[in-house]
Amino acid sequence: MAPQTRKAAIVGGNRIPFARANSAYAQASNQDMLTATLDGLVARFGLQGRQLGEVVAGAVLKHSRDFNLTREAVLGSRLSAATPAYDVQQACGTGLEAAILVANKIALGQIESGIAGGVDTTSDAPLAIHDEMRRVLIALSSARTLRQRLEALAGVRPGMFVPEAPRNAEPRTGLSMGEHQAITARQWGISREDQDELAVRSHRNLAAAYDRGFFDDLVTPYLGLARDENLRPDTSVEKLAELEPVFGTGDPDATMTAGNSTPLSDGASAVLLASDEWAASRGLPVLAHLVDAQTAAVDHVHGGEGLLMAPAYAVPVLLARNGLTLQDFDYYEVHEAFASTVLATLAAWEDPAFCKERLGLDAPLGAIDRSRLNVNGSSLAAGHPFAATGGRIVASLAKQLHEAGPGKRGLISVCAAGGQGVVAVLES
Amino acid sequence: MGDWYRDFANSGVGSTLVEQLGLPRPAVLRRHEPGAPLLTGPAVVGTAGEGRLHETVIRVLEDAGVPVQPPAATDGERLGAVLLDATGVTSPADLAAVHEFLAPALRRLGPSGRVLVLAGPPSDAGSPAQAAARQALEGLVRSVAKELRNGATANLLVVPAGAEAAVPGPVRFFLSGRSAYVDGQVVPLTATDVPAGEDAERPLAGKVAVVTGAARGIGASIARVMARDGASVVGVDVPAAGQSLAEVANEIGGTAFQLDITAPDAAQRLIAHLRERHGGVDIVVHNAGITRDKLLVNMDAARWNPVMAVNLQAQLDTTQALLDADGLLRTGARVVCVSSQSGIAGNRGQTNYAASKAGVIGMVRAWAPAFAERGATINAVAPGFIVTEMTATMPFGTREVGSRINSLQQGGLPVDVAETIAWLSQPSAAGVNGQVVRVCGQSFLGA
Ligand SMILES: NC(=O)c1ccc[n+]([C@@H]2O[C@H](COP(=O)([O-])OP(=O)(O)OC[C@H]3O[C@@H](n4cnc5c(N)ncnc54)[C@H](O)[C@@H]3O)[C@@H](O)[C@H]2O)c1
Repeated sequence: MAPQTRKAAIVGGNRIPFARANSAYAQASNQDMLTATLDGLVARFGLQGRQLGEVVAGAVLKHSRDFNLTREAVLGSRLSAATPAYDVQQACGTGLEAAILVANKIALGQIESGIAGGVDTTSDAPLAIHDEMRRVLIALSSARTLRQRLEALAGVRPGMFVPEAPRNAEPRTGLSMGEHQAITARQWGISREDQDELAVRSHRNLAAAYDRGFFDDLVTPYLGLARDENLRPDTSVEKLAELEPVFGTGDPDATMTAGNSTPLSDGASAVLLASDEWAASRGLPVLAHLVDAQTAAVDHVHGGEGLLMAPAYAVPVLLARNGLTLQDFDYYEVHEAFASTVLATLAAWEDPAFCKERLGLDAPLGAIDRSRLNVNGSSLAAGHPFAATGGRIVASLAKQLHEAGPGKRGLISVCAAGGQGVVAVLES
Repeated sequence: MGDWYRDFANSGVGSTLVEQLGLPRPAVLRRHEPGAPLLTGPAVVGTAGEGRLHETVIRVLEDAGVPVQPPAATDGERLGAVLLDATGVTSPADLAAVHEFLAPALRRLGPSGRVLVLAGPPSDAGSPAQAAARQALEGLVRSVAKELRNGATANLLVVPAGAEAAVPGPVRFFLSGRSAYVDGQVVPLTATDVPAGEDAERPLAGKVAVVTGAARGIGASIARVMARDGASVVGVDVPAAGQSLAEVANEIGGTAFQLDITAPDAAQRLIAHLRERHGGVDIVVHNAGITRDKLLVNMDAARWNPVMAVNLQAQLDTTQALLDADGLLRTGARVVCVSSQSGIAGNRGQTNYAASKAGVIGMVRAWAPAFAERGATINAVAPGFIVTEMTATMPFGTREVGSRINSLQQGGLPVDVAETIAWLSQPSAAGVNGQVVRVCGQSFLGA
């Protein structure tokens, strides 16, 4: 028998301001940031000592010692230690995937409440020791005699002392995400001007949202930072036009700069989800419900699809299942990994050939009302601590929908490394 | 941030030196701890004339388990408190009895002892002679407060006819360690219904309390004391102070609400929040405040306007909005507004601040009748020199002088202000309305 399901409520969220790499949070670990973020959420909703159904979070760049990162953060937080937790990892989709997982358990009645989150630091990223050095050390630890130990150590070469830094590169192509996106941007003919314009709008929207107090109950300052460090309220298309391209520079018409790409960032976010009854019994609000979600993946290695184009595939599946068109939304949150990612995705949905050949649709999904896109800013302005982005978007969109009134609908689209995409529908 | 001089003066070597040099020796004040007895020694209760509060006072003491000794007892035990029902004085001649009772009793008063006099209001006296005698008691009590040593305090409760039910709460406060830094004060009561059945340890149980400026300093202390006394605390502070606000909220099991109280929609946002989360509010403490000091001739709008906006206009706007919000302010609600000694005495370089803080006093007095009609109260608390992060950064000399020029010869602590505010928030403080209670150790400024 199929179990009865219900829609999980989004009660609210919390995040710390996002910092630029090696800056305000240079000394903070993933666990520090996630714990502080959970504590901010606890303070906002009076959850001290409360046992929740589950806390689900993750990090993309993770130390091996953080094998139980989320559980350790819960233990360090003001939540009841009887709150279970587990880690997830789906690249930049981690935060949204965590929210979907919590929402699904709530929908099935397996839990009544839960927190979904994510954290990432590029300042305190793990450095792996050189692989050959690692083998030497393993041999050393299994050596029984002095002679065996000396033999093992004799294998050490100076080059082995150089640590391996994690690379923002696709393992199967060796290309960085920016290089991949540069290919997509070129394929779709996304202009430099359009990208810069989108970036400027992201900064303006984020700054305006801060100014009107929109983030007063979504963000808790951390280590002296009260707003996202990357935010440049006074940036302009003219200023951004001065920047040199940094990706796809083999092409004389390269368009992607540091201004229209997200910076490496540090930060964390968390979202409180619950059943309507759980929220009501505690006098807590229901900002929106998580209606449905979908993931998709593309073959960026051999299939000729862009690394970050998977959301373009996930959305039509989600729309069809829910009987919606792309225009049936009051707000759109398309994660700005790069300005050109957003623009290429929108272009793909408008393109009859793409929609027919790749998506198998009779007609293109069509254009969206751009004034409803990323209305409170997105990753280009806020920064993008990989796993923290999903939680930022879910909480902000839920609040935006709540402010707009009941029955408003929002679409979230997040691209992720490995050719993946995670998308979801929220409704107030 | 401790009081190095007080600690030194009470140390072995220090106390000898202080005595030889004839320097003041500030006492370590008795402050309230959960479960602490009301007094640390027995009490004596005297009357001057045909008083009407003798029984009431005795009952308060007995309920609190305080042994009451006859005035004439001469055993050596140090007294915890000396209480005098002077509601019966009819003329200056009756004051001789006051003197007769107090002189031997004060000699036996122990450290952090309490002198509490209860009198009728001079304004409803039956004759000029009676008014004179009642007024005379103010001068007497304020002088006694200055004569007392070792952390002892003297205060006067003014009780009009019919306000007897309002007496026990204030009597308990002035005897307890909660009033450690309240000295030389005259607190008039008004006749009103006083709810019964308050839990002495958790007098604010079940109440929802909003505290502005709760991220640090006095506001954080107010939040802690309110929570200790049983309230669910909604701590408010500017978004930029959110990290410490969250820490305070988590420490006390309250919630953090980040809000700039000067934002145009601040009051409406606060009201919506309270409605949604708590369905209403019982206690509102307007504590957030800022200083932007400069001599008036050099003061620009950038210093004048924000001080007025935070310290006065936000209190006015929020209070008005709460009154207008249907059913939000619950029956028996309490509003406590933080004023300042500067608002009473004035202070060089603080025309903006002193104006705002004096304005708070005017506001509280004007609103009191409207609050009384709802069975609610609104009062102000005016702190004197309170040792906070702010005062810790003052130049040494200024700080030393500032902290000593009061009868207790020391600065107060944030908790002293907090205790007074928590007391005014209690159901049993119903008879205190439209008043300004100074928490200043009987400061010499503006006295
Ligand atoms: N410290 C003293 O000696 C003393 C003496 C007399 C009166 N006071 C008064 O006591 C109150 C608390 O003083 P304190 O010493 O704790 O000061 P403080 O500066 O340590 O704390 C004041 C708090 O109010 C907050 N605040 C300021 N503007 C705000 C706004 N627009 N919205 C919300 N919150 C805001 C601040 O962020 C801060 O956390 C103030 O009203 C002050 O004027 C203090």
